[in-house]
Amino acid sequence: MSRFSFAEFGNELYSGKRSYPFVGKRNLWFIIAGAAVLLSLLIPVIKGGFNLGIDFRGGSEFTVSNVQDTSISAGEQAVTGIVPEAVPRVTNIAPETVRVQTERLSDDETLAVRDALIGAYGVTEEEVTSNFVGPTWGEDVSRQAVIGLIVFVVLAALLMAIYFRTWKMSVAAMTALVVVMITSAGIYSLVDFEVTPSAIIGFLTILSYSLYDTVVVFDKIRENTADQDVSTKRTFAEQVNLAVNQTLVRSINTSVVAVLPVAAILFIGAMLLGAGTLRDLSLALFVGIIIGTVTTVFIAAPMYAMLRMKEPEIRKQEKRVLQRRSLEAKEAEGTVRA
Amino acid sequence: MARTGPGSAAKRTLVWLGVVFALLALLLGGGSLWSNASWTPKLALDLEGGTQMILAPEVQGSSTGEITPEQLDQAVEIIRQRVDGSGVAEAEISTQSGQNVIVALPGIPEPETRELIQASAQMEFRPVLFGGPGQAPAAQTPTPEDQLPTPSAEPTDASDPNWITAELLQEFEATDCTSPEALEPAVEPAAGDQPTIACEPDTQGKYILGPVEVRGTEIESADYGMARSAQGQSLNEWVVNIDFNDEATETFRAVTERLFAIGAGDPRNQFAIVLDGVIVSAPTTNAVIPDGRPQISGSFTEESAAALSEQLKYGALPISFEIQSEQQISATLGADQLRLGLIAGVIGLVLVAVYSLFQYRMLGLVTIASLVVAGGLTYLAICILGWTENYRLSLAGVAGLIVAIGQTADSFIVYFERIRDELRDGRGLVSAVENGWRRAKRTVLASKAMNLLAAVVLYFVAVGNVRGFAFTLGLTAIADLIVVFLFTHPTMRLLAMTRFFGEGHRWSGLDPTRLGALPLYRGAGRVRHKPVERPAVELRGRNKAAAGEAERRMTIAERRLAEQKAAQEKAAQQKVEQKSNGAPAGDGQQETVSARGHGPEEGDKR
Repeated sequence: MSRFSFAEFGNELYSGKRSYPFVGKRNLWFIIAGAAVLLSLLIPVIKGGFNLGIDFRGGSEFTVSNVQDTSISAGEQAVTGIVPEAVPRVTNIAPETVRVQTERLSDDETLAVRDALIGAYGVTEEEVTSNFVGPTWGEDVSRQAVIGLIVFVVLAALLMAIYFRTWKMSVAAMTALVVVMITSAGIYSLVDFEVTPSAIIGFLTILSYSLYDTVVVFDKIRENTADQDVSTKRTFAEQVNLAVNQTLVRSINTSVVAVLPVAAILFIGAMLLGAGTLRDLSLALFVGIIIGTVTTVFIAAPMYAMLRMKEPEIRKQEKRVLQRRSLEAKEAEGTVRA
Repeated sequence: MARTGPGSAAKRTLVWLGVVFALLALLLGGGSLWSNASWTPKLALDLEGGTQMILAPEVQGSSTGEITPEQLDQAVEIIRQRVDGSGVAEAEISTQSGQNVIVALPGIPEPETRELIQASAQMEFRPVLFGGPGQAPAAQTPTPEDQLPTPSAEPTDASDPNWITAELLQEFEATDCTSPEALEPAVEPAAGDQPTIACEPDTQGKYILGPVEVRGTEIESADYGMARSAQGQSLNEWVVNIDFNDEATETFRAVTERLFAIGAGDPRNQFAIVLDGVIVSAPTTNAVIPDGRPQISGSFTEESAAALSEQLKYGALPISFEIQSEQQISATLGADQLRLGLIAGVIGLVLVAVYSLFQYRMLGLVTIASLVVAGGLTYLAICILGWTENYRLSLAGVAGLIVAIGQTADSFIVYFERIRDELRDGRGLVSAVENGWRRAKRTVLASKAMNLLAAVVLYFVAVGNVRGFAFTLGLTAIADLIVVFLFTHPTMRLLAMTRFFGEGHRWSGLDPTRLGALPLYRGAGRVRHKPVERPAVELRGRNKAAAGEAERRMTIAERRLAEQKAAQEKAAQQKVEQKSNGAPAGDGQQETVSARGHGPEEGDKR
């Protein structure tokens, strides 16, 4: 092949000419996933938790945009000039944008600090945005996220079990989901991304994407293994592996297509807007979509194959396949000798 | 359905899509002509600029701290009345996840408005000392200095006229109960042990009121219904019933005894129910109420009776609010965010378009067209929802729309890959489209169900302004389903009949040779043959009809060409079969093995 072509790559995967051992090397993938999960659990412990946004800490926040001189000290002085005991955190979050975070300020203080910032950075009133978060807000957000997580996982597991008529697919999909969740959180902690309510919603959306991807692949697995009990061509594991390979081009294409718009938001959000809804949402999605696709292929499908391989019917069928193969091999040898 | 070809069925489906579009556009067009609908979506305050407050209601005196849905509804009603009363136009008040109240106001609220929103409702029952029409003071001549009242003694009870001092009367005369400001709920209610001046918005009457005698918290319950006669017959008159607790029953008996003794005609026969400094009702006393169950009658409609009983419930339930989060966004920043969000959307769309053209050649155009149709549907839906449900597009909503580009394109990819798989199995395009659709349809439905489920769960538990994200995600999932069924599939059916796609032009994205449907290489004694593992899925009537229709549509020349081609293909096929009979069994369907060993193209090397 002179030039790499996705269509031909797809052909080879479809026919089985080219095959990647997703199921065959499952122990290797599981070990890697296990290590990633373990690391993801350890990182926050070592680093002392996540970089929680103001919504989880409580306090006041000002964002000044269109700033010509983004000096940190100007912002600090503006705050301490009004509230001497305050310890402001001033960060330059994007070009021409400065964010000032302080502990909770009273209404009068907020207005005064706002005016001071307008003076300090030489901007108009229109360019200062303020945000106040009560101390219990973060708890609310976390509680709702946990409720959402549990409700979604339970409903999704039921839906999958009903749709595929086997709980084993649900278990495999949920295992992959747990890996996605923990490793995404690990990456968040490792890179010190700020955890905000937007990020958490992005995080919950990842779960939907991850399951979406798994459903598509599992649908193909179900189709391929529909006549498993009569076929002696491939063992169950091989059949699952073929299905994953056959949907590989689709998996790649859909995740690329899903990631492209997210990358566009991430780029615009991070480069031009700084921290905020857009960046936090897209960052979580960006990380999660990639991990979600990878875990479907490397964890969910092999896990399903493994769960079913011990079933007596599947074992019997596997024996038949192997018998046929050794027979064929002997015959082939025989003919060669003859 | 009548036995017709896929071509006419496809056209009919497209007509249905057109009808859906036309109906939505007509609805919106009619709405903008005769109502306040707009052709552009309404924007949430993070795009428009303004203040958003998230408030946690707290029931005073509640031991559990939990708030029931009914109490939350009352909380929203309280805030709505206060915000409307304070003259802020276009405020948005809604509840979130069953425990918070969200108030979105344009611009930056005055400190008084903020305090007012947070304060707890204060309901008081005060006796009326003096009443009068609430006209503008200029229309009246103030009482001359020498005629001003001078209290002769310390007031003995709450109805005692000695409460009225000279200053109080002057203040009373200066009060204008026809001006909107006078009807605003008070931030700091008057002291309970002092007389006060209050207006009654309904009648525009103004009153001097005595000290508080019963507090709203002493109301056990309040409801409304039809008055009944002594015989228990329903009278055609709406009344409001109050039920006081034991302590207030005693007090109220004493109060009604006193007021009833004053006699009808005197304003001091009335008592006023004051909520946040505004009189909601000032009934006269017709009887002594010994059992703590007064009934207010008058010219109530069902609506006004319901409203008064609701207000009485607030009094029974003083709810205060704690600001959980407050965000102020300037209009310029909002416009900036919207502009950048739209730029991000366009970039995302272009990237997806380029990628699908790269991957699927001309088929990518179908993806792009489908995305455009889905975008159009979503846009109309958002505008209509903005009009009917007051839905406002937030920045998170815009993010949801952009993310949805990828998720929508996903379903097309699933479909196209299925068609390709069918082509790889050696089907003609028309039947590949039908078969691919039958299989892709199920997958698309199942996976979209996941998206929808997530969107619904997120919508109901979402905190903060990310609810808009879940909403647009769910909306686009539905739009996606509509588009796949009513646009993409029928379009594919029609395209399958064109020569460009049907004959598998190399730029069509459905070129069978590139998809390995025909032998890829010969020579060296090896031929790659398609892995027909089990009989192809039986064509259903419709698909047979599809092939038939495709045939009917050919010109004579085309038909001859096709026949020739078929004959050639058959010959080639036979050749292949001959060869493959002697070829390795690798991944083939034969269960016999030849002597030539395994070819490199063997599948499943595990």
